[in-house]
Amino acid sequence: MSKRKPYIQELPTDWWMKQLFYTKYMIREGSSVFITIYSLILAWGVLRLSQGEAAFNAWMTSLQSPVAIIVHVIALALALYHTITWFSLAPKAVDLWIKGKALDDKFIVSGHYAAFIAATVFCLFVIML
Amino acid sequence: MTQPSMKIDIQRYRPEMDEKPFMQTFEVPYKADMSVLEALQYIKDHLDSTISFRWSCRMAICGSCGLMVDGVPKLGCKAFLRDYYPQTLTLKPLANFPIERDLVAVMDDFIKKLEEIKPYIIPAKTASNEKKCLSDGAYKQTPEQMEKYKKYSMCINCGLCYSACPQYALDKKFTGPAALALLARYNRDSRDAGKAERMKIVNQEEGVWGCTFVGYCSVVCPKGVDPAGAIQLLKVESSKDYLIGMFKPEQ
Amino acid sequence: MSEMNKKTYVRSHEPIFWGLFGAGGMLTAFLTPVMILITGLLIPLGIIDQGNFNYQTLHGFATTWYGAGIILVLIALPLWHTLHRIFHALHDLGVKRGRDLQQVLSYGFAFAVTVFVFTLLLQMS
Repeated sequence: MSKRKPYIQELPTDWWMKQLFYTKYMIREGSSVFITIYSLILAWGVLRLSQGEAAFNAWMTSLQSPVAIIVHVIALALALYHTITWFSLAPKAVDLWIKGKALDDKFIVSGHYAAFIAATVFCLFVIML
Repeated sequence: MTQPSMKIDIQRYRPEMDEKPFMQTFEVPYKADMSVLEALQYIKDHLDSTISFRWSCRMAICGSCGLMVDGVPKLGCKAFLRDYYPQTLTLKPLANFPIERDLVAVMDDFIKKLEEIKPYIIPAKTASNEKKCLSDGAYKQTPEQMEKYKKYSMCINCGLCYSACPQYALDKKFTGPAALALLARYNRDSRDAGKAERMKIVNQEEGVWGCTFVGYCSVVCPKGVDPAGAIQLLKVESSKDYLIGMFKPEQ
Repeated sequence: MSEMNKKTYVRSHEPIFWGLFGAGGMLTAFLTPVMILITGLLIPLGIIDQGNFNYQTLHGFATTWYGAGIILVLIALPLWHTLHRIFHALHDLGVKRGRDLQQVLSYGFAFAVTVFVFTLLLQMS
Protein backbone atom coordinates (compact mmCIF):
# COMPACT_ATOMS: atom_id res chain seq x y z
CA MET A 1 0.00 0.00 0.00
CA SER A 2 1.24 3.44 -0.84
CA LYS A 3 2.54 5.56 2.01
CA ARG A 4 2.04 8.67 -0.11
CA LYS A 5 -0.10 11.39 1.42
CA PRO A 6 0.53 14.62 -0.52
CA TYR A 7 -0.29 17.74 1.47
CA ILE A 8 -2.38 20.22 -0.54
CA GLN A 9 -1.19 23.82 -0.21
CA GLU A 10 -4.13 26.21 -0.18
CA LEU A 11 -3.89 29.75 -1.53
CA PRO A 12 -4.83 32.16 1.27
CA THR A 13 -7.63 34.59 0.34
CA ASP A 14 -5.34 37.52 1.11
CA TRP A 15 -2.54 36.20 -1.14
CA TRP A 16 -2.33 39.56 -2.90
CA MET A 17 -1.47 41.36 0.35
CA LYS A 18 1.46 39.10 1.22
CA GLN A 19 3.76 39.97 -1.64
CA LEU A 20 4.43 43.49 -2.99
CA PHE A 21 4.36 42.33 -6.61
CA TYR A 22 0.87 40.91 -6.18
CA THR A 23 -0.29 44.01 -4.29
CA LYS A 24 0.80 46.20 -7.18
CA TYR A 25 -1.05 43.88 -9.55
CA MET A 26 -4.22 44.30 -7.47
CA ILE A 27 -3.82 48.10 -7.43
CA ARG A 28 -3.51 47.94 -11.23
CA GLU A 29 -6.72 45.90 -11.45
CA GLY A 30 -8.36 48.04 -8.75
CA SER A 31 -7.73 51.23 -10.72
CA SER A 32 -10.69 50.09 -12.82
CA VAL A 33 -13.09 50.78 -9.94
CA PHE A 34 -12.30 54.51 -9.90
CA ILE A 35 -12.14 54.74 -13.68
CA THR A 36 -15.62 53.18 -13.72
CA ILE A 37 -16.84 55.84 -11.28
CA TYR A 38 -15.34 58.54 -13.49
CA SER A 39 -17.09 57.17 -16.58
CA LEU A 40 -20.38 57.16 -14.64
CA ILE A 41 -19.84 60.81 -13.62
CA LEU A 42 -19.38 61.67 -17.31
CA ALA A 43 -22.43 59.60 -18.31
CA TRP A 44 -24.41 61.57 -15.72
CA GLY A 45 -23.02 64.74 -17.29
CA VAL A 46 -24.42 63.70 -20.69
CA LEU A 47 -27.82 63.19 -19.05
CA ARG A 48 -27.65 66.68 -17.54
CA LEU A 49 -26.47 68.08 -20.88
CA SER A 50 -29.57 66.65 -22.52
CA GLN A 51 -31.78 68.33 -19.88
CA GLY A 52 -30.75 71.86 -20.75
CA GLU A 53 -28.33 74.59 -19.71
CA ALA A 54 -29.47 74.95 -16.07
CA ALA A 55 -29.14 71.22 -15.47
CA PHE A 56 -25.71 71.10 -17.10
CA ASN A 57 -24.44 74.04 -15.05
CA ALA A 58 -25.77 72.40 -11.87
CA TRP A 59 -23.72 69.29 -12.79
CA MET A 60 -20.64 71.48 -13.31
CA THR A 61 -21.19 73.09 -9.90
CA SER A 62 -21.59 69.71 -8.21
CA LEU A 63 -18.10 68.78 -9.46
CA GLN A 64 -16.69 71.53 -7.22
CA SER A 65 -17.72 69.76 -4.00
CA PRO A 66 -14.82 68.50 -1.84
CA VAL A 67 -15.98 64.89 -2.23
CA ALA A 68 -15.96 65.23 -6.02
CA ILE A 69 -12.45 66.73 -5.92
CA ILE A 70 -11.13 63.93 -3.69
CA VAL A 71 -12.68 61.24 -5.92
CA HIS A 72 -11.10 62.86 -8.98
CA VAL A 73 -7.68 63.15 -7.32
CA ILE A 74 -7.74 59.43 -6.47
CA ALA A 75 -9.06 58.57 -9.93
CA LEU A 76 -6.28 60.62 -11.56
CA ALA A 77 -3.58 58.90 -9.51
CA LEU A 78 -4.94 55.45 -10.34
CA ALA A 79 -5.47 56.35 -14.01
CA LEU A 80 -1.82 57.41 -14.23
CA TYR A 81 -0.81 54.14 -12.57
CA HIS A 82 -2.86 52.31 -15.18
CA THR A 83 -1.10 54.30 -17.93
CA ILE A 84 2.36 53.45 -16.58
CA THR A 85 1.60 49.73 -16.19
CA TRP A 86 -0.18 49.58 -19.55
CA PHE A 87 2.77 51.14 -21.37
CA SER A 88 5.30 48.92 -19.61
CA LEU A 89 3.36 45.81 -20.70
CA ALA A 90 2.62 47.10 -24.22
CA PRO A 91 5.78 45.61 -25.82
CA LYS A 92 4.71 42.14 -24.69
CA ALA A 93 1.81 42.15 -27.13
CA VAL A 94 3.96 43.35 -30.04
CA ASP A 95 5.66 40.80 -32.27
CA LEU A 96 7.49 43.08 -34.70
CA TRP A 97 10.70 41.89 -36.30
CA ILE A 98 13.05 44.11 -38.27
CA LYS A 99 15.90 42.45 -40.18
CA GLY A 100 15.69 39.31 -38.04
CA LYS A 101 15.69 41.15 -34.73
CA ALA A 102 12.78 41.80 -32.39
CA LEU A 103 11.95 45.49 -32.10
CA ASP A 104 13.51 46.85 -28.91
CA ASP A 105 11.02 47.25 -26.06
CA LYS A 106 12.42 50.69 -25.31
CA PHE A 107 11.27 52.02 -28.70
CA ILE A 108 7.74 50.78 -28.16
CA VAL A 109 7.50 52.14 -24.59
CA SER A 110 8.99 55.55 -25.41
CA GLY A 111 6.73 55.76 -28.48
CA HIS A 112 3.73 55.26 -26.23
CA TYR A 113 4.89 57.99 -23.83
CA ALA A 114 5.50 60.42 -26.70
CA ALA A 115 1.97 59.79 -27.99
CA PHE A 116 0.60 60.14 -24.44
CA ILE A 117 2.21 63.57 -24.02
CA ALA A 118 1.00 64.67 -27.46
CA ALA A 119 -2.57 63.53 -26.68
CA THR A 120 -2.54 65.26 -23.29
CA VAL A 121 -1.30 68.58 -24.72
CA PHE A 122 -3.78 68.32 -27.59
CA CYS A 123 -6.73 67.83 -25.22
CA LEU A 124 -5.72 70.74 -22.98
CA PHE A 125 -5.30 72.86 -26.09
CA VAL A 126 -8.74 71.94 -27.49
CA ILE A 127 -10.51 72.79 -24.23
CA MET A 128 -8.69 76.05 -23.52
CA LEU A 129 -8.77 77.37 -27.08
CA MET B 1 38.39 33.24 14.73
CA THR B 2 34.91 31.81 15.02
CA GLN B 3 33.14 30.78 11.86
CA PRO B 4 30.00 32.93 11.30
CA SER B 5 26.76 30.99 11.14
CA MET B 6 23.32 31.53 9.72
CA LYS B 7 19.89 30.32 10.83
CA ILE B 8 17.64 28.62 8.28
CA ASP B 9 13.96 27.84 8.95
CA ILE B 10 12.84 24.85 6.92
CA GLN B 11 9.28 23.65 6.47
CA ARG B 12 9.06 19.93 7.23
CA TYR B 13 6.34 17.49 6.27
CA ARG B 14 6.63 13.75 6.90
CA PRO B 15 3.51 12.16 5.41
CA GLU B 16 3.77 8.98 7.50
CA MET B 17 3.70 10.89 10.82
CA ASP B 18 2.54 14.51 10.25
CA GLU B 19 -0.97 15.84 9.65
CA LYS B 20 0.37 19.16 8.44
CA PRO B 21 3.75 20.84 7.82
CA PHE B 22 5.75 22.48 10.62
CA MET B 23 8.86 24.67 10.79
CA GLN B 24 12.26 23.51 11.99
CA THR B 25 15.30 25.76 12.52
CA PHE B 26 18.84 24.76 11.56
CA GLU B 27 22.10 26.61 11.97
CA VAL B 28 24.69 26.27 9.22
CA PRO B 29 28.21 27.72 8.91
CA TYR B 30 27.99 30.81 6.73
CA LYS B 31 30.22 31.33 3.71
CA ALA B 32 29.68 34.11 1.17
CA ASP B 33 29.84 31.69 -1.77
CA MET B 34 27.46 29.13 -0.29
CA SER B 35 24.28 28.46 -2.21
CA VAL B 36 20.96 27.56 -0.58
CA LEU B 37 21.35 24.07 -2.09
CA GLU B 38 24.79 23.68 -0.49
CA ALA B 39 23.30 24.76 2.83
CA LEU B 40 20.64 22.05 2.48
CA GLN B 41 23.32 19.49 1.66
CA TYR B 42 25.25 20.57 4.75
CA ILE B 43 22.15 20.07 6.87
CA LYS B 44 21.50 16.61 5.40
CA ASP B 45 25.14 15.53 5.85
CA HIS B 46 25.79 16.98 9.31
CA LEU B 47 22.57 17.90 11.13
CA ASP B 48 19.53 15.86 10.05
CA SER B 49 19.76 13.12 7.48
CA THR B 50 15.96 12.74 7.25
CA ILE B 51 15.42 16.04 5.44
CA SER B 52 14.24 15.63 1.83
CA PHE B 53 14.83 17.92 -1.13
CA ARG B 54 15.40 17.48 -4.87
CA TRP B 55 18.58 18.40 -6.66
CA SER B 56 20.88 17.22 -9.41
CA CYS B 57 23.14 19.45 -11.47
CA ARG B 58 24.05 22.33 -9.10
CA MET B 59 24.31 24.67 -12.12
CA ALA B 60 20.80 25.88 -12.98
CA ILE B 61 20.17 23.59 -15.92
CA CYS B 62 18.40 20.49 -14.55
CA GLY B 63 15.52 22.42 -12.97
CA SER B 64 15.21 20.08 -9.96
CA CYS B 65 15.97 22.25 -6.95
CA GLY B 66 13.13 24.80 -7.13
CA LEU B 67 11.82 25.94 -3.73
CA MET B 68 10.42 29.01 -1.99
CA VAL B 69 13.24 31.15 -0.58
CA ASP B 70 11.69 33.74 1.74
CA GLY B 71 8.43 33.33 -0.15
CA VAL B 72 9.95 33.75 -3.62
CA PRO B 73 10.26 30.79 -6.02
CA LYS B 74 13.96 30.25 -6.75
CA LEU B 75 16.43 27.55 -7.73
CA GLY B 76 18.34 26.47 -4.63
CA CYS B 77 21.58 26.34 -6.65
CA LYS B 78 21.13 29.87 -7.97
CA ALA B 79 20.19 31.55 -4.66
CA PHE B 80 23.05 32.45 -2.30
CA LEU B 81 23.15 32.84 1.47
CA ARG B 82 25.02 36.15 1.14
CA ASP B 83 21.89 37.80 -0.26
CA TYR B 84 20.00 37.02 2.97
CA TYR B 85 22.73 37.00 5.64
CA PRO B 86 22.53 37.78 8.57
CA GLN B 87 18.72 37.42 8.58
CA THR B 88 17.12 34.04 9.11
CA LEU B 89 16.27 32.38 5.84
CA THR B 90 12.94 30.60 5.34
CA LEU B 91 12.73 27.66 2.94
CA LYS B 92 9.45 26.05 1.86
CA PRO B 93 8.51 23.74 -1.00
CA LEU B 94 7.32 25.33 -4.25
CA ALA B 95 3.94 27.01 -3.72
CA ASN B 96 0.76 25.89 -5.53
CA PHE B 97 1.91 22.25 -5.83
CA PRO B 98 1.02 19.48 -3.36
CA ILE B 99 3.85 18.60 -0.94
CA GLU B 100 5.24 15.05 -1.21
CA ARG B 101 7.64 15.42 1.72
CA ASP B 102 9.59 18.31 3.28
CA LEU B 103 10.81 20.47 0.35
CA VAL B 104 9.73 18.02 -2.36
CA ALA B 105 6.71 19.16 -4.38
CA VAL B 106 4.49 16.92 -6.51
CA MET B 107 4.99 18.14 -10.07
CA ASP B 108 2.73 15.59 -11.82
CA ASP B 109 0.10 18.12 -12.90
CA PHE B 110 2.74 20.35 -14.50
CA ILE B 111 4.33 17.39 -16.33
CA LYS B 112 0.90 16.32 -17.59
CA LYS B 113 0.33 19.81 -18.99
CA LEU B 114 3.72 19.81 -20.67
CA GLU B 115 2.78 16.55 -22.42
CA GLU B 116 -0.59 17.91 -23.50
CA ILE B 117 0.84 20.79 -25.53
CA LYS B 118 2.75 18.36 -27.79
CA PRO B 119 6.25 19.66 -26.98
CA TYR B 120 7.92 18.26 -30.09
CA ILE B 121 8.14 19.21 -33.74
CA ILE B 122 5.19 17.95 -35.73
CA PRO B 123 6.46 17.83 -39.32
CA ALA B 124 4.33 18.78 -42.30
CA LYS B 125 2.89 15.91 -44.28
CA THR B 126 4.25 15.60 -47.80
CA ALA B 127 2.01 15.33 -50.88
CA SER B 128 1.74 11.56 -50.54
CA ASN B 129 0.66 12.06 -46.88
CA GLU B 130 3.90 10.49 -45.71
CA LYS B 131 6.28 12.03 -43.23
CA LYS B 132 9.52 13.28 -44.72
CA CYS B 133 12.10 10.51 -44.75
CA LEU B 134 15.47 10.93 -43.04
CA SER B 135 17.21 10.32 -46.37
CA ASP B 136 15.40 13.35 -47.84
CA GLY B 137 17.71 15.56 -45.80
CA ALA B 138 17.54 17.80 -42.77
CA TYR B 139 15.00 20.50 -41.97
CA LYS B 140 16.94 23.68 -42.52
CA GLN B 141 16.47 26.85 -40.52
CA THR B 142 18.04 30.30 -40.72
CA PRO B 143 19.36 32.08 -37.60
CA GLU B 144 16.49 34.58 -38.00
CA GLN B 145 13.92 31.76 -37.96
CA MET B 146 15.57 30.31 -34.87
CA GLU B 147 15.57 33.68 -33.12
CA LYS B 148 11.73 33.71 -33.24
CA TYR B 149 11.44 30.91 -30.69
CA LYS B 150 14.88 30.63 -29.08
CA LYS B 151 13.94 32.56 -25.91
CA TYR B 152 11.02 30.20 -25.24
CA SER B 153 13.18 27.12 -25.79
CA MET B 154 15.41 27.93 -22.80
CA CYS B 155 12.85 26.51 -20.34
CA ILE B 156 14.25 23.89 -17.93
CA ASN B 157 10.83 22.82 -16.57
CA CYS B 158 11.68 23.84 -13.02
CA GLY B 159 8.11 24.93 -12.26
CA LEU B 160 9.04 28.24 -10.57
CA CYS B 161 6.56 30.07 -12.81
CA TYR B 162 3.70 27.85 -11.64
CA SER B 163 4.58 28.74 -8.05
CA ALA B 164 4.53 32.42 -9.02
CA CYS B 165 1.16 32.23 -10.78
CA PRO B 166 -1.93 33.08 -8.69
CA GLN B 167 -4.18 32.10 -11.59
CA TYR B 168 -2.78 28.56 -11.51
CA ALA B 169 -3.24 28.57 -7.73
CA LEU B 170 -6.86 29.69 -8.11
CA ASP B 171 -7.68 27.25 -10.90
CA LYS B 172 -5.56 24.13 -11.40
CA LYS B 173 -7.19 23.56 -14.81
CA PHE B 174 -5.20 26.52 -16.18
CA THR B 175 -2.53 25.25 -18.59
CA GLY B 176 -0.04 27.60 -16.95
CA PRO B 177 3.04 29.66 -17.87
CA ALA B 178 5.77 27.14 -18.77
CA ALA B 179 3.53 24.83 -20.81
CA LEU B 180 2.11 27.77 -22.78
CA ALA B 181 5.57 29.27 -23.34
CA LEU B 182 6.75 25.90 -24.64
CA LEU B 183 3.65 25.71 -26.80
CA ALA B 184 4.61 29.10 -28.26
CA ARG B 185 8.15 27.79 -28.79
CA TYR B 186 6.89 24.99 -31.09
CA ASN B 187 4.21 27.09 -32.81
CA ARG B 188 6.87 29.67 -33.71
CA ASP B 189 9.31 27.09 -35.10
CA SER B 190 9.52 27.23 -38.90
CA ARG B 191 10.00 23.43 -39.06
CA ASP B 192 6.77 22.74 -37.19
CA ALA B 193 3.34 22.20 -38.74
CA GLY B 194 1.35 21.43 -35.59
CA LYS B 195 0.06 24.94 -34.94
CA ALA B 196 -3.57 24.14 -35.74
CA GLU B 197 -3.57 21.23 -33.27
CA ARG B 198 -2.01 23.31 -30.50
CA MET B 199 -4.27 26.33 -31.07
CA LYS B 200 -7.18 24.18 -29.85
CA ILE B 201 -5.44 24.09 -26.46
CA VAL B 202 -4.61 27.81 -26.58
CA ASN B 203 -8.18 28.83 -27.47
CA GLN B 204 -9.76 27.27 -24.40
CA GLU B 205 -10.79 29.05 -21.23
CA GLU B 206 -8.07 27.05 -19.44
CA GLY B 207 -5.64 27.86 -22.26
CA VAL B 208 -4.32 31.41 -22.57
CA TRP B 209 -7.62 32.90 -21.35
CA GLY B 210 -6.93 31.75 -17.80
CA CYS B 211 -4.16 34.36 -17.66
CA THR B 212 -4.73 37.92 -16.36
CA PHE B 213 -1.13 39.05 -16.91
CA VAL B 214 0.04 39.21 -13.33
CA GLY B 215 3.50 38.92 -14.89
CA TYR B 216 5.32 37.42 -11.90
CA CYS B 217 6.13 34.23 -13.85
CA SER B 218 8.49 36.18 -16.09
CA VAL B 219 10.13 37.81 -13.06
CA VAL B 220 10.96 34.53 -11.28
CA CYS B 221 12.02 32.57 -14.39
CA PRO B 222 15.71 31.65 -13.90
CA LYS B 223 16.30 31.29 -17.65
CA GLY B 224 14.72 34.52 -19.00
CA VAL B 225 11.95 32.69 -20.86
CA ASP B 226 9.26 35.37 -20.31
CA PRO B 227 6.16 33.13 -20.23
CA ALA B 228 3.89 36.15 -19.64
CA GLY B 229 5.06 37.64 -22.93
CA ALA B 230 4.60 34.32 -24.73
CA ILE B 231 1.04 34.06 -23.40
CA GLN B 232 0.29 37.64 -24.44
CA LEU B 233 1.39 36.89 -28.02
CA LEU B 234 -0.67 33.68 -27.95
CA LYS B 235 -3.71 35.74 -26.89
CA VAL B 236 -3.24 37.82 -30.04
CA GLU B 237 -2.92 34.59 -32.07
CA SER B 238 -6.01 33.13 -30.41
CA SER B 239 -8.00 36.30 -31.18
CA LYS B 240 -7.01 36.05 -34.86
CA ASP B 241 -7.97 32.37 -34.78
CA TYR B 242 -11.33 33.32 -33.25
CA LEU B 243 -12.06 35.79 -36.05
CA ILE B 244 -11.11 33.22 -38.68
CA GLY B 245 -13.23 30.64 -36.87
CA MET B 246 -16.29 32.90 -37.18
CA PHE B 247 -16.09 32.73 -40.95
CA LYS B 248 -14.97 29.11 -41.12
CA PRO B 249 -17.03 27.51 -38.36
CA GLU B 250 -16.46 23.86 -39.31
CA GLN B 251 -13.81 23.33 -36.60
CA MET C 1 -3.39 7.66 -23.74
CA SER C 2 -6.96 6.89 -24.81
CA GLU C 3 -8.17 9.47 -22.30
CA MET C 4 -6.04 12.14 -23.95
CA ASN C 5 -7.29 11.29 -27.42
CA LYS C 6 -10.90 11.70 -26.37
CA LYS C 7 -10.33 15.16 -24.92
CA THR C 8 -12.63 17.75 -26.43
CA TYR C 9 -11.53 21.33 -26.74
CA VAL C 10 -14.01 24.10 -26.02
CA ARG C 11 -13.22 27.41 -27.65
CA SER C 12 -13.54 30.40 -25.31
CA HIS C 13 -15.42 33.53 -26.36
CA GLU C 14 -12.96 35.60 -24.37
CA PRO C 15 -11.37 37.14 -27.53
CA ILE C 16 -14.45 39.39 -27.91
CA PHE C 17 -14.17 40.72 -24.37
CA TRP C 18 -10.38 40.80 -24.48
CA GLY C 19 -10.57 42.87 -27.68
CA LEU C 20 -12.90 45.39 -26.01
CA PHE C 21 -10.72 45.29 -22.87
CA GLY C 22 -7.63 46.04 -24.93
CA ALA C 23 -9.27 48.87 -26.89
CA GLY C 24 -10.70 50.39 -23.72
CA GLY C 25 -7.40 49.96 -21.88
CA MET C 26 -5.54 51.70 -24.67
CA LEU C 27 -8.01 54.61 -24.68
CA THR C 28 -7.90 54.80 -20.88
CA ALA C 29 -4.11 54.79 -20.81
CA PHE C 30 -3.81 57.64 -23.30
CA LEU C 31 -6.79 59.87 -22.53
CA THR C 32 -8.34 59.21 -19.12
CA PRO C 33 -5.63 61.04 -17.11
CA VAL C 34 -6.02 64.26 -19.10
CA MET C 35 -9.82 63.93 -19.12
CA ILE C 36 -9.92 63.61 -15.32
CA LEU C 37 -7.46 66.48 -15.05
CA ILE C 38 -9.67 68.78 -17.16
CA THR C 39 -13.22 67.88 -16.11
CA GLY C 40 -12.52 66.79 -12.56
CA LEU C 41 -9.80 69.14 -11.34
CA LEU C 42 -8.67 72.07 -13.49
CA ILE C 43 -12.14 73.39 -14.33
CA PRO C 44 -13.93 72.69 -10.99
CA LEU C 45 -11.00 74.22 -9.06
CA GLY C 46 -11.04 77.25 -11.37
CA ILE C 47 -7.42 76.73 -12.42
CA ILE C 48 -8.35 77.05 -16.07
CA ASP C 49 -11.38 78.74 -17.61
CA GLN C 50 -14.31 76.62 -18.66
CA GLY C 51 -13.22 77.38 -22.22
CA ASN C 52 -14.91 75.05 -24.65
CA PHE C 53 -16.35 72.99 -21.81
CA ASN C 54 -19.57 75.06 -21.66
CA TYR C 55 -23.17 74.13 -22.38
CA GLN C 56 -23.45 75.75 -25.83
CA THR C 57 -20.24 74.30 -27.26
CA LEU C 58 -20.73 70.83 -25.77
CA HIS C 59 -24.39 70.64 -26.76
CA GLY C 60 -23.48 71.72 -30.28
CA PHE C 61 -20.72 69.08 -30.36
CA ALA C 62 -22.96 66.33 -28.97
CA THR C 63 -25.59 66.94 -31.63
CA THR C 64 -23.20 66.33 -34.53
CA TRP C 65 -22.83 62.68 -35.57
CA TYR C 66 -19.05 62.68 -35.08
CA GLY C 67 -19.28 64.55 -31.77
CA ALA C 68 -21.84 62.05 -30.48
CA GLY C 69 -19.58 59.23 -31.62
CA ILE C 70 -16.54 60.66 -29.85
CA ILE C 71 -18.48 61.23 -26.60
CA LEU C 72 -19.92 57.70 -26.71
CA VAL C 73 -16.49 56.14 -27.23
CA LEU C 74 -14.82 58.28 -24.54
CA ILE C 75 -17.41 57.36 -21.93
CA ALA C 76 -18.41 53.80 -22.83
CA LEU C 77 -15.22 52.13 -24.08
CA PRO C 78 -13.31 52.50 -20.78
CA LEU C 79 -16.20 50.65 -19.08
CA TRP C 80 -15.66 47.57 -21.27
CA HIS C 81 -12.08 47.70 -20.04
CA THR C 82 -12.80 48.28 -16.35
CA LEU C 83 -15.70 45.84 -16.00
CA HIS C 84 -13.57 43.13 -17.62
CA ARG C 85 -10.92 43.74 -14.96
CA ILE C 86 -13.49 43.85 -12.16
CA PHE C 87 -14.98 40.56 -13.37
CA HIS C 88 -11.56 38.88 -13.27
CA ALA C 89 -10.59 40.58 -10.00
CA LEU C 90 -13.64 38.99 -8.34
CA HIS C 91 -12.13 35.63 -9.24
CA ASP C 92 -8.76 36.77 -7.85
CA LEU C 93 -10.42 37.75 -4.59
CA GLY C 94 -11.90 34.28 -4.30
CA VAL C 95 -15.54 35.09 -5.09
CA LYS C 96 -16.20 31.68 -6.57
CA ARG C 97 -19.98 31.48 -6.54
CA GLY C 98 -22.03 32.34 -9.62
CA ARG C 99 -19.25 33.10 -12.09
CA ASP C 100 -21.80 33.08 -14.93
CA LEU C 101 -24.00 35.60 -13.11
CA GLN C 102 -20.94 37.72 -12.29
CA GLN C 103 -20.07 37.75 -15.99
CA VAL C 104 -23.59 38.75 -17.03
CA LEU C 105 -23.68 41.52 -14.41
CA SER C 106 -20.19 42.83 -15.28
CA TYR C 107 -20.52 43.05 -19.04
CA GLY C 108 -24.24 43.77 -18.70
CA PHE C 109 -23.38 46.88 -16.68
CA ALA C 110 -20.96 48.11 -19.35
CA PHE C 111 -23.60 47.38 -21.99
CA ALA C 112 -26.36 49.17 -20.05
CA VAL C 113 -24.32 52.37 -19.61
CA THR C 114 -23.33 52.24 -23.29
CA VAL C 115 -27.01 52.05 -24.30
CA PHE C 116 -27.92 54.78 -21.78
CA VAL C 117 -25.38 57.26 -23.21
CA PHE C 118 -26.19 56.23 -26.79
CA THR C 119 -29.91 56.88 -26.20
CA LEU C 120 -29.25 60.30 -24.65
CA LEU C 121 -27.06 61.31 -27.56
CA LEU C 122 -29.69 60.07 -30.02
CA GLN C 123 -32.38 62.13 -28.25
CA MET C 124 -30.29 65.29 -28.41
CA SER C 125 -29.54 65.15 -32.12
